[in-house]
Amino acid sequence: MATAHSRTAARFMIAPAVLLLLAWMIIPLSMTLYFSTLRYNLLMPGMEDFIGFDNYSYFLTDPAFFAALTNTLLLVGGVLLITVIGGILLALLLDQPMFGQGIVRILVIAPFFVMPTVSALVWKNMFMNPVNGLFAFLTKAVGLQPFDFLSHAPLTSIIIMVAWQWLPFATLILLTAMQSLDSEQIEAAEMDGAGAFARFFHIVLPHLTRAITVVVLIQTIFLLSVFAEILVTTNGGPGTASTNITYLVYAQSLLQFDVGSGSAGGIVAVILANIVAIFLMRMIGKNLDI
Amino acid sequence: MGQIKLEKVTKAFGNTQVIPPLDLEIEDGEFVVFVGPSGCGKSTLLRLIAGLEDVTSGDIVIDGTNATALPPARRRLAMVFQSYALYPHMSVKKNIAFPLKMAKMPEDKIEEKVKNAAHILNLTDYLERRPGQLSGGQRQRVAIGRAIVREPAAFLFDEPLSNLDAALRVNMRLEISELHQSLKTTMIYVTHDQVEAMTMADKIVVLRAGNIEQVGSPLDLYRSPNNLFVAGFIGSPKMNFLEGEDAAKHGAHTIGVRPEHLRVIHGATTSSGWTGTVGVIEHLGSDTFMHVHLDGDRGTITVRADGDNPAKVNDKITVEALSEDRIYRFDKGGMAIR
Ligand SMILES: Nc1ncnc2c1ncn2[C@@H]1O[C@H](COP(=O)(O)OP(=O)(O)OP(=O)(O)O)[C@@H](O)[C@H]1O
Ligand SMILES: [Mg+2]
Repeated sequence: MATAHSRTAARFMIAPAVLLLLAWMIIPLSMTLYFSTLRYNLLMPGMEDFIGFDNYSYFLTDPAFFAALTNTLLLVGGVLLITVIGGILLALLLDQPMFGQGIVRILVIAPFFVMPTVSALVWKNMFMNPVNGLFAFLTKAVGLQPFDFLSHAPLTSIIIMVAWQWLPFATLILLTAMQSLDSEQIEAAEMDGAGAFARFFHIVLPHLTRAITVVVLIQTIFLLSVFAEILVTTNGGPGTASTNITYLVYAQSLLQFDVGSGSAGGIVAVILANIVAIFLMRMIGKNLDI
Repeated sequence: MGQIKLEKVTKAFGNTQVIPPLDLEIEDGEFVVFVGPSGCGKSTLLRLIAGLEDVTSGDIVIDGTNATALPPARRRLAMVFQSYALYPHMSVKKNIAFPLKMAKMPEDKIEEKVKNAAHILNLTDYLERRPGQLSGGQRQRVAIGRAIVREPAAFLFDEPLSNLDAALRVNMRLEISELHQSLKTTMIYVTHDQVEAMTMADKIVVLRAGNIEQVGSPLDLYRSPNNLFVAGFIGSPKMNFLEGEDAAKHGAHTIGVRPEHLRVIHGATTSSGWTGTVGVIEHLGSDTFMHVHLDGDRGTITVRADGDNPAKVNDKITVEALSEDRIYRFDKGGMAIR
């Protein structure tokens, strides 16, 4: 790749792939952009007019939008917090030599292989159901009133479900990172008089920053678009208490048949994702280079 | 103070006994070198003293107090690891300051001590760098710096020079010896390189399969090895061993002569020496090492001759010991006959 000739050749060779990827992205994006400037309701076909930014102002001034925005950020933030902290603790635990380590590790990974809809339904019907759920059974067993998670704390419930799904991913990445820590470093710290906590905060945690960054970046991408869990459990309700932006776009386009406004919401979601990405890269992106 | 005493210390990993019962005394201020072939338990012994491994039985006494059950940090020992074990995310300064910070020393005192250590070790220009931006020798010095700021009772080194190139190794060897002379702290140094052991040690402990074969000053071991193993291990090139008729003549099962204690006589004579044909010749400039194949298939012996010795490959020569008392005699069990 050193000579000018080989560089030109390389560019020429990767051009088709780049062009294909570009088209793949540009065409849907520009279609969405185009729809977002139309009055486009599926109930009134053939009446599409150009209305400029009206769809955007409807979408952005809709009180549901602010609720959805906060919910999205709370959902992403909450799940990240639980998975990163929980993942570190679990990784610390799994890193200890213990009986049946292999099996325990497989068990820990298992939730990641369960489909989101299935796991959400299991949580909804088997755990959180106020009549038949396991939690209700437990609270009743100690003589308390069962708590109806999905109607009284819908967003928290969804955060718990999603966190349960993503915890294995975080654990796995952090465990691998932890195992790559040179044991002599820990021993050196031990000889230097560092107790267990000091060793964790001064040696282990700094060693994990890169892995944590990777976990946060990858999870954020997926957590911004959580949808299935909401659809099968709360349907965004009660009211808009558990509606995130993704679900709001869906509700606009397919429940209210307003493709124009939905498209505007989609574009807003794209912009939001980019803002989050820029913030993240600013804050933690420097951890990625050596 | 830094007096360390091992009393009947043993170590087993599962069912394999790595260290059989072992007694050893290390005096305050001594430079002790553990030397032995790979896998003989040198590192294990050092880690037992450091407290990084638990002894299976026996006691470790440091400065008169039983330290067997003390955690590593409370034994007042500092260790320099083979891989240096520097903290990669901390600057050189923070690396050196780490043990002091853990000891909750006030900031200004830490600053002063780090500066001092950096000065002694020529690290002043690198204090803000990360370990990844240093050369091997500089990393080594940072590791030593991290050890000396604690003012420990003893330093433990586990093959600290094995990752360095030959020239740097000679340099660092000297620096560590000088450090020992100026600090006068007890040092325990593990190596499998007998040259390092000979040049640095006050006292050498030769280990084989966890057993102490001999303890003594470098010259003691060189002059009067207790057994075949020590005789073969100390000295470079290795001592020549002959068995059978040659040995029987001296009333021993095996005799040994060092290459530097042999004299070359050109041509075949009938004196008391051994005749043979010259094989490979290694010219070092100052010395010439000749590998001589003895007549009658009695083996090969190495001879050190002058740099300007005229012998050529396939010459017939005779070698003989400088004097009778340069011939070491060993019995059937490999023990020295004195
Ligand atoms: N954690 C362990 N579990 C089981 N056996 C071990 C363990 N650590 C060391 N050993 C064994 O103990 C013996 C001594 O090991 P040690 O590391 O002390 O050797 P060494 O003398 O330092 O060798 P080297 O010069 O190669 O570093 C070896 O046979 C090794 O296989
Ligand atoms: Mg070793």
